[in-house]
Amino acid sequence: MAANLDIYPLESKIKLVCADHNNAADMLLEILHAVQAFNRYIPESAYQIIADCLNLSRAEVYGVVTFYHDFRQKPPAKKIIKLCQSEACQSMGSVQLKADIEKGLNSDVAIETIYCLGNCALAPSALVDGQIYGRLDADQLNTLIGGAA
Amino acid sequence: MNIVYVPKDTASVSVGANAVAAKFIDAGYKVIRNGSRGAAWLEPLVEIDTPDGRVGFSCVHPNDVEALINDAFGHEAPHLLDVGLIKNIDYFKKQTRHIFAKSGEIDPLSIDDYIAHGGFVGLKKCIDIGAQASVKQILDSGLRGRGGAAFPTGIKWQTTLDAAADQKYVVCNADEGDGGTFSDRLVMETDPMALIEGMIICGASIGATKGYIYLRSEYPLTKEILGEAIENAYQTGWLGDNVGGLGLHFDLELRIGAGAYICGEETSLLDSLEGKRGMVRAKPPLPAIEGLFGKPTIINNVITLASAPDILANGAKAYAALGVGRSTGTLPFQLGGNIKRGGMVEVEFGHTLREIIEGFGGGTLSGRPIKAVQLGGPLGSYIHPDELDTVLDYEKFAEIGGAVGHGGIVVFDDTANMAALARFAFHFCEVESCGKCTPCRIGAVRGGEILDKIADGENVTENFALLDDLFDVMEVGSLCAMGGLTPKPVRSILKHFPLELGIKEGVET
Repeated sequence: MAANLDIYPLESKIKLVCADHNNAADMLLEILHAVQAFNRYIPESAYQIIADCLNLSRAEVYGVVTFYHDFRQKPPAKKIIKLCQSEACQSMGSVQLKADIEKGLNSDVAIETIYCLGNCALAPSALVDGQIYGRLDADQLNTLIGGAA
Repeated sequence: MNIVYVPKDTASVSVGANAVAAKFIDAGYKVIRNGSRGAAWLEPLVEIDTPDGRVGFSCVHPNDVEALINDAFGHEAPHLLDVGLIKNIDYFKKQTRHIFAKSGEIDPLSIDDYIAHGGFVGLKKCIDIGAQASVKQILDSGLRGRGGAAFPTGIKWQTTLDAAADQKYVVCNADEGDGGTFSDRLVMETDPMALIEGMIICGASIGATKGYIYLRSEYPLTKEILGEAIENAYQTGWLGDNVGGLGLHFDLELRIGAGAYICGEETSLLDSLEGKRGMVRAKPPLPAIEGLFGKPTIINNVITLASAPDILANGAKAYAALGVGRSTGTLPFQLGGNIKRGGMVEVEFGHTLREIIEGFGGGTLSGRPIKAVQLGGPLGSYIHPDELDTVLDYEKFAEIGGAVGHGGIVVFDDTANMAALARFAFHFCEVESCGKCTPCRIGAVRGGEILDKIADGENVTENFALLDDLFDVMEVGSLCAMGGLTPKPVRSILKHFPLELGIKEGVET
């Protein structure tokens, strides 16, 4: 992989990612994850570029982007808190917690629903910047939101 | 140098284990990250060696580290956090650990530890007795798919062994998406080599030289640990060419999902591995005959595959002697939700649900009465307190309209809103449906609408009749269990908590 991707324009970066995955059609999810890792979302311009690299149709690439919850079509908020809303976290108040936290958030922060982080014995749980936090309450969530925002 | 064991799994890290480890490193300790013993209620569970065995200190906070070092370690008088010898803790003593025998004892990333604790004995046995005999062992053990469908694993393996092809695949379904489940995650984080060995055994048995692990993206730490374990296995010759000097070839690739629950359905997973939308495929053809890229493929759950080393090493008879009826062996149940002592509890089939929830779990965390227990995930059912003495056995729970499934046990106290949980069942199906078949795609939406109308008191009797009809359509007409089993939890809530769903006393439903 090229050492410093930042210096390349977006189109080149995307092509490099595809090449890094041998332009293999079955690696589409991995490629989209990689693009989102440096771009934070999948821009519309990416569909045709990836389609050309992988010998797929634009519709097929668009179909995959829109199918999976992880892939974003628009730039997200600066900080994203993925708060679990599955049954175990529900049993420990995660629905109310989400409702309470969502009040008075500025546009820099977004609370998203995620379904299960596998931390069901330490509910409520959230995923923030690749880290999972357990036994959360409103105070701790506010600290997470406030920290490094 | 002084050694201390600090766990590293999603649960322990979620409550500060990494910060605790850092403190010990600062204090000059050698810190071994020993996976986890799966008792979330004790995490972070810090351990030290003593002449009598490992001793534990529970719920350690970074601020406790100094006091532990100065006042606890090596001292006679028990510290506040001291839980004594690990081997004497009831929670662990009462379990029958086969899958999780090494978890918490070993460094998950140490191949040496793995081998010292019996690793690869199963694989060697498999090579000794040959492919057909190995498949027979799996068949005779009575092992059933641990993902939740509980299909006899040996039959799947035999079918793939019998299928002639230039390439076959082993696929591990690590898309553990059910709410309330984490045993797959736990074994991958605490004993990843058990899964890797299991997949190699499968490959050797069915004639596959390539394996994939499809891991959900919601498990970032699992990805890190499993990725490193696979790398270590390649480095030490336990993956790739001439695995373990035994003459077989096996390549293993870790692939990551993208947030779709439906990709836990085996055929949807295969499409996702092929880089497509996770659409469910019609069966036949069975994946065992025409699976990944159209080739014969074994697709099995993590626990199913991780059971293979033990079965090959100790024999099918020993495994089949555990459990009850047609539910042989052990299951790592996962206790979660509103529970005092939550975590992974591996026991033989045959205990009652109450024994797990009260005996191991200590009842609710809140101290309030249990109102309902979700068993078997979103496609399982809500168990009423009156049914808690049902024996954990696949057939026994099916008989009462429930399901053991993957073994996830979520406890709710009396503050639970059963109407909201019923509504959630349809909402979840709507959000996660692949969209291919009408009963699921449309049924989920209509089901939610009907429940909303009933909640508003609109044409209640007619709407309950309509709901019942919808249940039938979804159960019989759906392409897979997503639509097919979404009615299950709703039926159970209707049966046990009719008043909460808006059925007035005396109204016919």
